[in-house]
Amino acid sequence: MLLHIAILITALSLLAFGGANAIIPELHRQVVDVMGAMSDTEFTNLFALAQTAPGPNVMILSLVGWRLAGVAGLAVATAATVIPTSILALAAGRFLSRAGGSRALHAVRAGLVPLAIGLILASGFILARAADHDGLTVTITGVAALFLLFSRINPIWLMAAAASAGIAVRVISP
Amino acid sequence: MSELPAGHAAQSEHTEARITHGTLFLAFLKMGLLGFGGVAPWVRQVIVEERRWMDDREFASLLGLSQVLPGANTINTAVLLGDRFHGISGAAAAVFGLMAMPLAIAVAIVEVYGAVSQNPYVVAAIAGAGAAAAGLVIGTGLKIARNLKRSPRIILMTLVTFIAVGILRLPLIGVLICLIPLTIAAAWFDPRSSAR
Repeated sequence: MLLHIAILITALSLLAFGGANAIIPELHRQVVDVMGAMSDTEFTNLFALAQTAPGPNVMILSLVGWRLAGVAGLAVATAATVIPTSILALAAGRFLSRAGGSRALHAVRAGLVPLAIGLILASGFILARAADHDGLTVTITGVAALFLLFSRINPIWLMAAAASAGIAVRVISP
Repeated sequence: MSELPAGHAAQSEHTEARITHGTLFLAFLKMGLLGFGGVAPWVRQVIVEERRWMDDREFASLLGLSQVLPGANTINTAVLLGDRFHGISGAAAAVFGLMAMPLAIAVAIVEVYGAVSQNPYVVAAIAGAGAAAAGLVIGTGLKIARNLKRSPRIILMTLVTFIAVGILRLPLIGVLICLIPLTIAAAWFDPRSSAR
């Protein structure tokens, strides 16, 4: 299990262009569909917790390790999340500080932009399909997206308001 | 990027002398702890406004590199900044500062959640927060798209990526192996992207 976690998360973290959101679909596919290690709902809840808690959202990988194999899983998943990409960043930073801005570098940077946007939108779409099972949750997803897009509100307030709305509706119509 | 080491050397040596492994650790610890719903806004706040380790222009070039690399942007930023001031051990201090407390808090939340997950109000709150989290991801993607100069290349590659991964749910590794060369080639031949 630990080796499986190490390989899966190393591979995913090295593909996480645009951050954790880019690999949510594949993490979901592996953990829920392929491994059957947790339910759709459990995965979505874990993602919501990783989003709500302070720190980089890439911690979802550490939390998945924690749920799959306890403390050892957490340690292995965190190391697999941080170390390979950090070595890459270290190497790239030192290389690029010498290479300067060539046309090839511009093309790499410009080419990755639409890839990152497409991956983020795909993640949001897949998460919304798992999270939105009634009128309330569909509305919350839409309102959260619109507020993020058109206001400068701290997302933590949106998360708090959405949790409160969930509780309020539960109280009114149990 | 070539000005990074040179710019660093040209900066006041007082600034450099004050940046120890401890200050790197503490600065990134603060970013990690304050970063509810995403660390990125706090990275600039602490590095540029509070610690004054670099100006906005330098910070933008550092962040740009962090974004084109795989992995969390904030972890990459911690690595690049830590390495710049204190080599590999500086990078380790910054990454450890960024990750340590948030991980402990997240695990504590998951544990508490396991104990209270039968409570219908907790379930309702988490369901609401989960729906909002999905909306925030969609909103972030749309926000980045809105802030870019749109071109046919960007719209087309964004749609292809979204459909392949989001609608068809193809395995990510295969999609990236096909799309990375395609999107870089498209950018190479796109006069708008090479002009910038």
